[in-house]
Amino acid sequence: MGPGSTQVTKTGAWRTFVPVVDQKRCSKCSLCEIYCPEGCIRRVEGMFIPDLDYCKGCSICAHECPRKAITMILEEK
Amino acid sequence: MMKVVEGSYAIAQAVKCCDPDIVSAYPITPQTHIVEDLSKMVADGELKAEFLTVDSEFTALSVLVGSSAMGARSYSSTTSQGLALMYEVLYNVSGLRMPIVMTVANRAMGAPLNIWNDQQDAVGARDCGWIQLYAENVQEAMDLTPQAYKLAEDPDILTPVMVCMDGFILTHVYEPVEFLDHDKVKQFLPPFKPKVTLDPAHPVTIGAFADPSYFTEYRYLQQEAQKKALGKIGPIAKEFNEIFGRYYGGLIDTYRMDGADAAIVTMGSVVGTIKDALDEMWAEGKKVGLVKVRSYRPFPVKALRDALKDVSSIAVIEKDVSIGNEAGLTTDLKSAFYNTGMKTPIIGFAAGLGGRDITIQDIKRAGTKALAAARGPEEEFEFLTLRKEIL
Amino acid sequence: MIQEQPLFAPGHRACAGCSMPTVVRLVLDATGPNVIVVSPTGCLEVTSTPFPESAWKVPWLHSLFENASAVASGVEAILKRRCQDTKVVVIGGDGSTFDIGMGSNSGMFERGHDIMYVCYDNEAYMNTGVQRSGSTPFCVHTTTTPSGKQSLGNPKPKKDMPAIAVAHRVPYVATASVAFPVDLRRKVKRAAELRGTSYLQINAPCITGWTFDSGATIELSRLAVETGIYPLFEFVNGKLADVKKIRPRPITDYLNAQGRYKHLFKAPGGKEAIAAIQAIADENIAKFGLAQE
Repeated sequence: MGPGSTQVTKTGAWRTFVPVVDQKRCSKCSLCEIYCPEGCIRRVEGMFIPDLDYCKGCSICAHECPRKAITMILEEK
Repeated sequence: MMKVVEGSYAIAQAVKCCDPDIVSAYPITPQTHIVEDLSKMVADGELKAEFLTVDSEFTALSVLVGSSAMGARSYSSTTSQGLALMYEVLYNVSGLRMPIVMTVANRAMGAPLNIWNDQQDAVGARDCGWIQLYAENVQEAMDLTPQAYKLAEDPDILTPVMVCMDGFILTHVYEPVEFLDHDKVKQFLPPFKPKVTLDPAHPVTIGAFADPSYFTEYRYLQQEAQKKALGKIGPIAKEFNEIFGRYYGGLIDTYRMDGADAAIVTMGSVVGTIKDALDEMWAEGKKVGLVKVRSYRPFPVKALRDALKDVSSIAVIEKDVSIGNEAGLTTDLKSAFYNTGMKTPIIGFAAGLGGRDITIQDIKRAGTKALAAARGPEEEFEFLTLRKEIL
Repeated sequence: MIQEQPLFAPGHRACAGCSMPTVVRLVLDATGPNVIVVSPTGCLEVTSTPFPESAWKVPWLHSLFENASAVASGVEAILKRRCQDTKVVVIGGDGSTFDIGMGSNSGMFERGHDIMYVCYDNEAYMNTGVQRSGSTPFCVHTTTTPSGKQSLGNPKPKKDMPAIAVAHRVPYVATASVAFPVDLRRKVKRAAELRGTSYLQINAPCITGWTFDSGATIELSRLAVETGIYPLFEFVNGKLADVKKIRPRPITDYLNAQGRYKHLFKAPGGKEAIAAIQAIADENIAKFGLAQE
């Protein structure tokens, strides 16, 4: 309970596909961070990293990346 | 200070003394004068409240959801169709445990359209979680207003309260009343201290949805709060009496119940007429007493069992019909007796519907039928003043 | 552009790829934490507050489906009374905004409360399973306006809610899109800084209701704007102040990208319907001067 307490629910369990960021292609435009519905792509030490606890694998980031630096791959569990 | 004023103005004066932060207003006869009088008080700087003229009764109560969530003491008044339009919000307010006080000027529910008094509006809403207190006269309706806030805002209660007063009969009558002393009200009713409010410094979420694993407990807690209110309504009335010198009963009040053979049970302004009728009946050797229900919700089961244990028969006179069965108070009273050993016959009368006068003759007729019912009720429920000739 | 600590947390139950949480995060990023948010019943309320969890890191209040504006009015009245400089923001869907909340909205607009009203417009009652709302555009398939042997989908045009707001003398009325975040942010900031009522209507595609692959959400909204069917404009004090210029794309680009219009490409009369929708887009382009020179 409390502000932001939905964070206890790890919606990462929902996904089928997982985003993989090619950091070398990334131009740090931050569009993936802006568009992510979960707000779970965050800048970590200058690199954009999806938070796999919450990523639902929607692929908006891959779709929108202007450098095509993000690929969605079928996640092996 | 005793003044002869219109009932509505007296209510406005009482509300003013409670220092509400916000009043939301929508016109509907016969409560309109209350909000008009309040708006004049605001316009003249006598009442420093936010006064919102809104687009419907639904909005009127919804506005108070917002203000109550901000920890503000909130007030509105309404009647029949307006109360019905607010129906959804009534449940919302009680479920959110908001201590809003609302004057309900009891009026008939249309169709047929009718602006005069009966209690169908509030009785019909008796399940929605609000406390319902019924006033016998204008003074009691005034006095109930600060009592209602004190009850509602009690941290053990946190339940909204309807102060019910018969529309026109009490809102439009001119009778002498004692205005509330503002300082004494401040002494009786401390400022509202909410536990949870909307504040960016301490964000909270109010109004989340509860799935089956959480919902029941909410209802249980509301029920428990009303049970606690049973223990507070009387003491609050007594405390009010100590400061203001006026007492109209706690959960119930009684008249001529000592030695009575039968009893009439009722709510609201008809109490006055019944007292006069009973005086006449006793003079004729007919020993009928009166039990006035002051708190309809929470329903004072124990108090009623106690007050009615010695009579041989009971008649309920009420201003509503539960169409398809009998009527609210009748049914609630019967259910209060069922699991006890009391086998007292209880008959019910719907009267005063749509503003039809209840005369002393009508009451004496009901009282006579009540006495006769001790031998076994002839008719369990009837319309007391039916005009068969126009059917 | 994004704050370090987002005010709308992950873990909420919105569909994968839903545009609504992005809209909410963008709005709150622009306003900052000194807000009180009021939401009506709908996808946002249900997915963000499953008791005992809440995604909201700002104060948030939900009452009923049709009274968000009324409830917000009560909050605003008390903030004003206390001279507290906190912005009240309503964030609700089109079902509430365009239909059942109309009375409540009209009252709030005309009373001129200092409230920013944000409508995330996914063009149907999505939370209850995709039923037609007053916001549903012409010929859209919904469960209550289905395409069929004798139907081409919703027979009614989209209600012009921004015009209604302008008619109420709402000082700032704007449309925006989740696909143009810089523009959206600018508009939110403008509304937040205004002392008065504002109405922001944000195009927010719904994967479940519009039927498209979850990754295409932003693309769909971009197409809505770039075809002219969802014009982005600002009205300030009743006058058209600014528009987003576009290089108009044919409406079929947009219609083809989603399932809720697919029937128009097969059904008899579909061609005429598509032409009619193109005409609506053309009318927007002309009326608002959307075409880039």
